[in-house]
Amino acid sequence: MTIVETFEPSPLRLSHLDALESEAVHIFREAAAEFERPVLLFSGGKDSIVMLHLAMKAFWPAKVPFGLLHVDTGHNFPEVLAYRDRTVAEHGLRLEVAKVQDYIDDGRLRERPDGTRNPLQTVPLLDAINQHRFDAVFGGGRRDEEKARAKERVFSLRDEFGQWDPRRQRPELWSLYNGKHRPGEHVRVFPLSNWTELDVWQYIEQEKIELPGIYFAHQRAVFGRGGMWLTAGEWGGPKDGEPVELRSVRYRTVGDMSCTGAVDSTAATLQEIIAEIAASTLTERGATRADDKLSEAAMEDRKREGYF
Amino acid sequence: MTAIQVPPLAPTGTLLRLATAGSVDDGKSTLVGRLLHDTKQVFADQLDAVERVSRERGFDGADLALLTDGLRAEREQGITIDVAYRYFATPKRRFILADTPGHVQYTRNMVTGASTAQLAVVLVDARHGVVEQTKRHAAVAALLKVPHVVLAVNKMDLVDYQESVFAPIADEFAAYTRALGVPDVTAIPISALAGDNVVDPSNHMDWYAGPTLLEHLENVDVDHDPQFCAARLPVQYVLRPQSAEFRDYRGYAGQVTAGAFRPGDEVLVLPSGKRTTIAGIDRLGDVDVDVAYAPQSVTLRLADEVDISRGDVIVAADRAPRVTQDVVATVCHIADRPLRAGDRVLLRHGTATVKAIVRSLDSTLNLETLRRDPGPQALHANDIGQVTLRTAVALPLDDYADHRRTGSFLLIDDADGTTLTAGMVGVPLGSED
Ligand SMILES: Nc1nc2c(ncn2[C@@H]2O[C@H](COP(=O)(O)OP(=O)(O)O)[C@@H](O)[C@H]2O)c(=O)[nH]1
Repeated sequence: MTIVETFEPSPLRLSHLDALESEAVHIFREAAAEFERPVLLFSGGKDSIVMLHLAMKAFWPAKVPFGLLHVDTGHNFPEVLAYRDRTVAEHGLRLEVAKVQDYIDDGRLRERPDGTRNPLQTVPLLDAINQHRFDAVFGGGRRDEEKARAKERVFSLRDEFGQWDPRRQRPELWSLYNGKHRPGEHVRVFPLSNWTELDVWQYIEQEKIELPGIYFAHQRAVFGRGGMWLTAGEWGGPKDGEPVELRSVRYRTVGDMSCTGAVDSTAATLQEIIAEIAASTLTERGATRADDKLSEAAMEDRKREGYF
Repeated sequence: MTAIQVPPLAPTGTLLRLATAGSVDDGKSTLVGRLLHDTKQVFADQLDAVERVSRERGFDGADLALLTDGLRAEREQGITIDVAYRYFATPKRRFILADTPGHVQYTRNMVTGASTAQLAVVLVDARHGVVEQTKRHAAVAALLKVPHVVLAVNKMDLVDYQESVFAPIADEFAAYTRALGVPDVTAIPISALAGDNVVDPSNHMDWYAGPTLLEHLENVDVDHDPQFCAARLPVQYVLRPQSAEFRDYRGYAGQVTAGAFRPGDEVLVLPSGKRTTIAGIDRLGDVDVDVAYAPQSVTLRLADEVDISRGDVIVAADRAPRVTQDVVATVCHIADRPLRAGDRVLLRHGTATVKAIVRSLDSTLNLETLRRDPGPQALHANDIGQVTLRTAVALPLDDYADHRRTGSFLLIDDADGTTLTAGMVGVPLGSED
């Protein structure tokens, strides 16, 4: 007799993507039930798009029982902003925008010497949390992103300064998430904790989720800096000796456009992107975020400060 | 530099959650690093960093333990030791690995890691065999009802890869874990440092015909057939859209924690005990599916208008748990402040949170000798003990031995929300003498 090995899930066995989806939905429903004023961080990036997709599935056929918050660096990809606004309108969602630019304009924040604005998001984020009295903030953080996140909780407690104190984090057993917090404190909730970058892409493909065009290979005028391809914009462009060239590139993350690098790519479809990522030799952040290269401990520091 | 190959994809594989435990220096960091490295989860920039630091420290080659050295760094700095989660995949499966420290003062972390694990890897040093710590790791796995345990006998390179060293260790461990009631135990001789039998088969142990560690992880049958388990769904959220299209829709959203539900099934809503039938099942926008099974997140619609809210549990009518205010349980104390008889706490079970009082602390359990010592004054962090609780409201409580999700609970400090204690309904381990 031949034994046929099959990896297809049997009818009563979940594929890993469906298991991760059910876990994320469970987390969304727990937080929506346990907190009074949750909000979903939404940048128009692929992780936040997947988060919104999961939230809509979790509460179908009812509306998502919380709104969105975008912490806007002011250095945006126009395609991403357009995607954000279209999505909000299409699904009748509430969107709050906290603008780094407002803080720079009135002097509460100052531009950094390197010009990157990702680290400047912390203050507007915390102010928005206080102002709207959000008690739970859904974020798309994943534990596989880097070392400092491997021990992050699904429900991560933040003090009234938004800070993350390792000693106050609670062990999470079974699937029992403890959302109790004191007034002024809030909880960051990470439904994608157990997903990897590859899972996110595979899920986007499985669910046929639409993404902004910059995630797919396109021709763009770029200049090389620090091993990345950057795009010129009003915040600055190539310095002497940094020639601009037209290349076929795509973005793996979106954020502050001035410091988010594109990678060389001809992957124009989700399947091609998944194949490329599977074969890739650089971690997502290592490849494309200039600010994460500043220091290995950068993420740990910003987490303590209340960054995502 | 090591060449990087294309990591395999696992688009339709299943998920396996595992936990590792080992004493300090048994090679756990090296093993986890080896698993990540040999399954091509390590990216070029990470490996560059590891090779650089290895050279600086005078290590011959790449010290793979550095890939996961978070716990070690914490140990050196004396800060909170914690559970770290790692991810790797093969074409057959996706793995979520809870990397937990092994020392007695970190029992709570091991318990945390084991609570969701379907499989535990217990590591021993081939030169030392089964030691007291090994027994404790096995006992934690047994206590938390981890169904599959693997003994990885490491550093076989230091004992000339001899079967005569491996076999007695494997036998002793098998006897011990069987006595603890672990249903499936497998022993594998490995060298995490040299890579023998971790991902690639060893050339040094012809006498061993079994699978490599990774082959075992890929093939171990972890699926509880939901057909045979009593169905449970703790209600998380009541969905009432009240839109024009769904004017009368009322759905009970939750995750099936055990078993399977089908339209037409008779169910009880607990703790009230009302009986009704399932009118329909929606799965995240898929309307009227045929079946909902663990661990799917779904929405149940019921035939009768019954009053149901978050905290209730919908269960198979013919196999319902008991509903009671009196809880006898085995607990692992977590918080730095101790637990005492008379303490007033919150008890979190499924999606319900109720007031409870600690009636008595009945005994503590020594995980190395399995002896129960009666009448403790208090339970301190990392203590395992038996307690009796009384809840303000009756709860539908399964035995932990039958249902990990609906047989477990947390005790929480009402004042500041600290998670105090993790509990398992029933008394699964140990004897008094
Ligand atoms: N000879 C040999 N040494 C090993 C093996 N596995 C780990 N080691 C060494 O044992 C020491 C402790 O390993 P480590 O992984 O840090 O142990 P941990 O404390 O359990 O995480 C290190 O010096 C490793 O290089 C092995 O299979 N063979």
